[in-house]
Amino acid sequence: MNAINRNEQNALARAVLEIDVNNHAGVMSHVVGLFSRRAYNVEGILCLPVGDGRQSRIWLLVNEDQRLAQMMKQVEKLEDVIAIRRHNADHAVFQDLESFFRP
Amino acid sequence: MTETLTGAQITVRLLERQGIRTVAGIPGGAILPIYDALGQSTAIHHVLARHEQGAGFMAQGMARATGQPAVCLASSGPGATNLLTAIADAKLDSIPLVAITGQVPKAMIGTDAFQEVDTYGLGIPITKHNFLVSSAEELLEVIPRAFRIAASGRPGPVLVDIPKDVQTQAIEISAWPEPARAEHAPAADAALIEQAAAMINAAERPILYLGGGVIHSGASAAAIELAEKAGLPTVMTLMALGAMPVDHPLALGMLGMHAARYTNLALDECDLLIAVGARFDDRATGKVAAFCPQAKIIHIDIDPAELDKIKTAHIGITADIGEALGQLLPATFQNSRKKWVDRVNALKAEFPLAMSDLDNPRSHFGLIQSVAACLDDDAIIATDVGQHQMWVAQAYPLRRPRQWLTSGGLGTMGFGVPAAIGAALAERERTVVCFTGDGSIMMNIQELVTAAEENVNIKIVLMDNATLGLVHQQQTLFYGERLFASQFRSSPDFVKIAQGFGIAAVDLDASANPCATLMEAISRPGPCLIHASIDAEQKVYPMVPPGAANRDMIGA
Repeated sequence: MNAINRNEQNALARAVLEIDVNNHAGVMSHVVGLFSRRAYNVEGILCLPVGDGRQSRIWLLVNEDQRLAQMMKQVEKLEDVIAIRRHNADHAVFQDLESFFRP
Repeated sequence: MTETLTGAQITVRLLERQGIRTVAGIPGGAILPIYDALGQSTAIHHVLARHEQGAGFMAQGMARATGQPAVCLASSGPGATNLLTAIADAKLDSIPLVAITGQVPKAMIGTDAFQEVDTYGLGIPITKHNFLVSSAEELLEVIPRAFRIAASGRPGPVLVDIPKDVQTQAIEISAWPEPARAEHAPAADAALIEQAAAMINAAERPILYLGGGVIHSGASAAAIELAEKAGLPTVMTLMALGAMPVDHPLALGMLGMHAARYTNLALDECDLLIAVGARFDDRATGKVAAFCPQAKIIHIDIDPAELDKIKTAHIGITADIGEALGQLLPATFQNSRKKWVDRVNALKAEFPLAMSDLDNPRSHFGLIQSVAACLDDDAIIATDVGQHQMWVAQAYPLRRPRQWLTSGGLGTMGFGVPAAIGAALAERERTVVCFTGDGSIMMNIQELVTAAEENVNIKIVLMDNATLGLVHQQQTLFYGERLFASQFRSSPDFVKIAQGFGIAAVDLDASANPCATLMEAISRPGPCLIHASIDAEQKVYPMVPPGAANRDMIGA
């Protein structure tokens, strides 16, 4: 990626999605599959178990796009999704990880 | 009292307890334990399809005719991949289906074992939900849950992949889960219903737009009642045909790409569109920006993700259609809306659907009309996909919900024959007619022998123009008449083929009195193929060119 389109990427508005899911094999595929089939790029993914491990929390960093509202509704319909919340791009979860992603 | 049962026996017992009496499938190595258990069941009749896609569409036929989830079975690998088209078709038309596939033993998953494929991964984008079962205990939860998911809310297909070692694992069972039932959807928001009623009461030129959700919800009677009370001219999607009888004075038939001109013109003039259980599919709306340009929109759907997906609704209501219409009815005023109904009737008179050659049973519309004349409203009408499907949608007098079985969203050629077999298996007392084309029937023709084996009462009306008719039509109209790969240079003798598969067949081309031959073939019980050649130059008209606005129809 050259500097110009990197800047363009950065100029796009971003959103952070916080998704509570049941923790078993395949759930991540269900969630990200909804994005990939629409050629909707997921810029960042974080996922760890929560509490006793029966649930996980997925954090997604995505470009803000007119399809986002529809995406959230589709994610909400998945059987293994318990809740989805939307945050602004300045949410700490990805910002605090920046040091791990220096080129 | 406890019993020791294998995963396979548990699966079969759970299907029995769920009330499943007919399943369709094909056995293979990885599902043999389940087939062994199924062979011991006296409650379940297994229909042996000749291709897994056929089994999938037979299950769809059962589900579409009855509204209840139906079951198909396949082995791992190619068995599972062959099922996928029927599953994807069920997803797009919201048909409750439980597909059970065998999988290689757990320890071999991921090793590229013989007949191993990632059925779970393949199923993700085309199912409502899917499972890879990891223990026999889990079946007790997963099987009922699969039925509950398939039938609840917006119905859809659920795929359950069961590794062979899970099928053979024996466990002790002391209690069985209750059979699953569809969960009730939350009630419609009363304040929104009130606003919607006020909008309907204030509208001058409203149109009721019924989709397949009306059929799934069993809400046809409520929709008709609302239309009659509030004076609402009513259009139907392909999936909703039969919800309101075609000859109802308020019925405007199917909307969209192959609607009658008056239907699309009325939509163009409406000031309020009341969409119930419909999803603004591109074949229905044409160019979205030009669809009902003057109208406010009330959209009622059980799936919240459908609201505002294509068109932003002024009032969006998430609810079961029947429940929402039940709330809406008392809140709307009695109104004959004479001025608007008169206007719509004037459009009907001025721009009717031109059905040429109706009296000639050797023409496409005449044949459909002649078939209808042999039947009453109890008959089930299935179709394949293509020109014949659109002509039947335009011309057949559909008057009853679940009378009409067609592949709408996915538009799968090959749907018709197995779906008709499934419908006939589920509703033994009815005559099932399958209109098909020479292109479509070839895609699942092997199921003719299944029809013979089960002796189902299906009548296959094969409209043979020796072309892929809709492709031929589009190449003629939009590709400079460059006909390529749309005309068959060699056609089989369909009558001999049907006879070879063991079912009766008649050729209307050779009949001196086609109406009498038709009547005789339809009234004789059991499967029969009725072959009729039609003119390859005939088009499905009118037609909205792909991407155009619905008002810009071409032809007839």
